[in-house]
Amino acid sequence: MLTLKLALRNLIGAGTRTWLNVLVTSLSFVLIIFMSGMYRGLIEYAMRIMIATEIGGGEYWHPLYDPEDPLSIDDAHGLLPPGIAAQVAQGRAMPVLVIQGSMYPNGRMMPTLIKGIPPGQQVVDLPTGDLALPRTDRVVPVFIGTGMAQSTRLQLGDRFTLRWMDAEGTYDAVEAEVVTIVDMENFKVDRGQVWIPLARLQQMAAMADEATYAVVSRETDLLLDTGSWLARSVKHLLQDIVQMVQADQAYAKSMYGMLIGLAALGIFNSQVLSIFRRQKEIGTLMALGMTRSRLVGLFTLEGGLHSLLALILAAVYGGPLLYLAASRGIPLPYEGADIGFVMAKRLFPVYSVGLLVGTTALVAGIVTLVSYLPARKIAQLKPTEALRGRVI
Amino acid sequence: MAHHHIVEIRGLVKRFPMGGNHFTALKGIDLDIEIGEFTGLVGPSGSGKTTLLNIIGGLDAPSEGTLTVLDMALAEKNHKELAALRRHGIGFIFQTFNLLPVYSAYENVELPLLLLGLPADKRKAAVMHALERVGLTDKAQSRPAQLSGGESQRVAIARAIVKEPRLVLADEPTANLDAANSHNVMGILARLNRELSTSFIFATHDEKVMGYLTRVLHLVDGTIQREELVEHPQFLEKV
Repeated sequence: MLTLKLALRNLIGAGTRTWLNVLVTSLSFVLIIFMSGMYRGLIEYAMRIMIATEIGGGEYWHPLYDPEDPLSIDDAHGLLPPGIAAQVAQGRAMPVLVIQGSMYPNGRMMPTLIKGIPPGQQVVDLPTGDLALPRTDRVVPVFIGTGMAQSTRLQLGDRFTLRWMDAEGTYDAVEAEVVTIVDMENFKVDRGQVWIPLARLQQMAAMADEATYAVVSRETDLLLDTGSWLARSVKHLLQDIVQMVQADQAYAKSMYGMLIGLAALGIFNSQVLSIFRRQKEIGTLMALGMTRSRLVGLFTLEGGLHSLLALILAAVYGGPLLYLAASRGIPLPYEGADIGFVMAKRLFPVYSVGLLVGTTALVAGIVTLVSYLPARKIAQLKPTEALRGRVI
Repeated sequence: MAHHHIVEIRGLVKRFPMGGNHFTALKGIDLDIEIGEFTGLVGPSGSGKTTLLNIIGGLDAPSEGTLTVLDMALAEKNHKELAALRRHGIGFIFQTFNLLPVYSAYENVELPLLLLGLPADKRKAAVMHALERVGLTDKAQSRPAQLSGGESQRVAIARAIVKEPRLVLADEPTANLDAANSHNVMGILARLNRELSTSFIFATHDEKVMGYLTRVLHLVDGTIQREELVEHPQFLEKV
């Protein structure tokens, strides 16, 4: 009780010195949590956006379909097995047909994937509403992502020629018009592809009622019996990201460790300087009859109280800041598609309980330790040396 | 013997390591201090007076010899026991005051009582009484930075005597004070010596301090060369 009383008295009495130390420590708390939250947010966002715009609750693949192998696309189409067709009929899944083709925007030729999707579908968050608008001409309505619009320099209302080879091996072409340009934030449903109404593509490719894959809505479970088609769970479809995260664990941990190390260095610096500057005070306390163990306890407790105050301060200003960052996101200046990763335009940090508790405990432990070590060293001095304020 | 002598020193030697050799600061000191004495260890810098004072206060250990302070043989005691001796029986006054800068005058004086575990009401009464003795009740809430040198040393005196110790050790208590403040401080200490029967040992080379002492031990090169008993100290009668 006496030690606590003296520690509190010392902290309050030291005024600015205390608050500077507390501020430095609280900054460490907030920055470490923020940086780690950013990293975690990056991964979680990638997963969330992929589920929302691409994979829903899972997919069924034509047995020959391999999204990593463009050559597989030519043969990867067929009728949906009855179970999957039933889910489609119930609106719990949607078929997608994919064929290879080329487009001629502004006189240039560009290879592209032509994807047929049911207009107005509700399975994934893709803007297919405008594809359903009735047209009086034979122009194919197309929606593209902003990434595709940028690389093709197409704007809303622009028309271009779309060319493809049908199931019989015959080349054909049609005029297409951009009816929707949307930032989908997922380069895998944006770059190198155009989306058109499914029925129109089935007709163009002479692949009536056929599909390459089907996406299940998030609320729907994958069928156990999928005939010859392959069921691909969300876990399977996200495995690239999961594996990347796992492979990146060491980097993430070392980054966290580096941040903690930097914070520890700053805290160590301020705490050690603060304690070593108080050698004469320690000598005086020894002369007044304070035991070495109580001295060490006093300074260690002061360190502990520092971290407690830092935690409170971090909660006061860091809490709202971290919340604001998590709810409004932070704009990122680079394009994730360029590095082959689904990356948000705005990054929403994610702070897990483990991160909050772990960081708090770690920083508090470091502060206490760096208070204990120099205090123990000084307490081992002869009182006469401490009274002289002799620098160790 | 132990009933009269508050300090009893026999054959005390203190050596400090210096390079590969030793420097002998105290060379076989024999000394008895009786209860209520107002004694000064007087001598030039390096004569060993502060070293002797520190050893008597249990802040440093002798290299050789025996030492009994307040009936405790210090050579056999560990750090904890020496801390307890200082906590209960010895008050210290330092040349540079050594007040804790973040505490008020009141809190500085209260500190020894906190270490003794006294209850709040007793602490308050004792602190106010001690501040009253040194004439600083109006400065109780002032921080050391707000006090003059004389006031700071009076707070340090109040801190040394607040627990009414049997022995007060004062190392050059007037070295940082002007003449008026030096006399003021020494007057307060002489009064406390009379009122509390506390024994005082000073380490000093200040002539003003010597004018208050009833016993003067002249230290030269680590030995007591001469001892003076002063029946009528120059300034003491004015107190």
